[in-house]
Amino acid sequence: MASLIRSQLRLALLVIAVLGVVVAALPALFTLVPGVREAAIGGVPLPWIVLGFLVYPLLLGLGWFYVRQAERTEHDFSDLVERD
Amino acid sequence: MNPGVGWAAIATVSVATAAIGAFGLRISRTTSDFYVASRSVGPKLNASAIGGEYLSAASFLGIAGLILTYGADMLWYPVGWTAGYLVLLVLVAAPLRRSGAYTLPDFAQARLESIAVRRMSSLLVCLIGWLYLMPQFQGAGITVQTVTGAPRWLGGVVVAVVVLFNAVAGGMRSITFVQAFQYWLKLTAITLPLIFLLMVWHGDGSPSLAATAQPVAADRGPALYSTYSLILATFLGTMGLPHVLVRFYTNPDGRQARRTTLAVLALLGLFYVMPAIYGALGRLYTPDLAGRDTVVLELPGRMIGGVGGDALGALVAAGAFAAFLSTCSGLTVSVAGVLSQDLVSRSRLGVLRGVTAFRLGAVAAVLVPLGLALAGADVPVANAVGLAFAVAASTFCPLLVLGIWWRGLTAAGALAGLAVGGTLSGFAVVVTIVADLDSGWLDTLLAQPAAWSVPAAFVTMVCVSVYGRGRVPAGVARLMVRLHTPEHLDVDRGPEAAAHHR
Repeated sequence: MASLIRSQLRLALLVIAVLGVVVAALPALFTLVPGVREAAIGGVPLPWIVLGFLVYPLLLGLGWFYVRQAERTEHDFSDLVERD
Repeated sequence: MNPGVGWAAIATVSVATAAIGAFGLRISRTTSDFYVASRSVGPKLNASAIGGEYLSAASFLGIAGLILTYGADMLWYPVGWTAGYLVLLVLVAAPLRRSGAYTLPDFAQARLESIAVRRMSSLLVCLIGWLYLMPQFQGAGITVQTVTGAPRWLGGVVVAVVVLFNAVAGGMRSITFVQAFQYWLKLTAITLPLIFLLMVWHGDGSPSLAATAQPVAADRGPALYSTYSLILATFLGTMGLPHVLVRFYTNPDGRQARRTTLAVLALLGLFYVMPAIYGALGRLYTPDLAGRDTVVLELPGRMIGGVGGDALGALVAAGAFAAFLSTCSGLTVSVAGVLSQDLVSRSRLGVLRGVTAFRLGAVAAVLVPLGLALAGADVPVANAVGLAFAVAASTFCPLLVLGIWWRGLTAAGALAGLAVGGTLSGFAVVVTIVADLDSGWLDTLLAQPAAWSVPAAFVTMVCVSVYGRGRVPAGVARLMVRLHTPEHLDVDRGPEAAAHHR
């Protein structure tokens, strides 16, 4: 039981760490490196592309990864309990 | 815009909402139906309903207005409001559903076995709910004024009446259908006009958006602090919003709760691409609307004009109205649930049957914030909603996260943490709303309190739990089993503790 909670917590913290590192870097990056802020693709500045669009598939991907892993952990745990 | 077209749009949405609500009434029979739709809502319907409930005036009007005024930095609002669901998914979705509790106070009581923590949670639910409802009524006033020229107070009153009718008539069951319908209405209402607006933009030779992209904020120091504080408030605050949590109890089990949340992430990401484009086009075509919340409503008329512009403007107005109705409905039901359960039923009105108490609660839930909005509180809609997130992040986030993942949390610790987080963030909110804040450091700290109030709440909860005299609740081991094991396993979960069957 304790191991189930531990592994689910580890997984949750992993996802939050990835989210934190990727997202937490962005405001500092845009502020401290003017080149990144002013870069543009097809006339649209980079911060708009990243924050207005690209970040959403990333969030969805992280969520999908989490759901898959969490269900797998629960499945393994169920197998273990039901074998006893 | 032609006022007749504007009225037609608003009337259509209101009548459709009431009609779907009445349809729900026929199948809403028991108290449990009233509160949580008897927990029989599948992930797709539920995800649409959560999306419909969540996309408020702030999402529909506020974001585009802020982006027009302040530029790309404001894109963090929609990003945060979506990422909040990812944090909710990984930290609380499944365990919260498995706790079997109906409301936040139910969860608090089940986990900490303390009536005092329950009472404090109920108080905070009302506070956050009212804080979140107030800007919805403001937004409704702005919309009605913009599309029909009627006085501002009228919009808030119309929304209040429709929401009360729905909540009183059908409770949560009807609201699930209403909310799901309104997500798709909102998505259509914001996307379809945008396609035409982008065609006009293209026809103008696709003028570059780059020149307009610079944030207007002058002082980079506080701006960076504001951004990080906003990120903290929105990422952590979503899980503590009462109308969001109450939806999770309608999932059949923990696994479905996770899948619902994942679908919500997809629906929100899809929607939030749109207001950003409105904001960007607004910077180009209607820079005079800076500092107001009306850019989404006015852009079709300004860029297209004529009958086409009127029709598209009416569609946007309908979507905006759907946003007020759905968010207000959800918040009203959750605040009413808590009010009726903890305040009305326990007072001398305790003889009232469950449903009657709920109806009384709904009236109180709507009238207080409507009064505040009419009394003239004037904060940009998205900012006001941001403050509600800051309070939620400073109170319920630590309670949920520590309560679910850490056995050591005691009732005394939870109580102290809720008090510290609630007082600090609440103080900042009151100052922000009442005083006219500047862009200095102190003012910025108060306008975006999450960066200091959230850590303070966490530290207080942990320290008082570890060093205080309180003891870990006796049933915590069993409750942890209940929170974290899949429902189909036959394990000792303790008595059906959390749910107070009414």
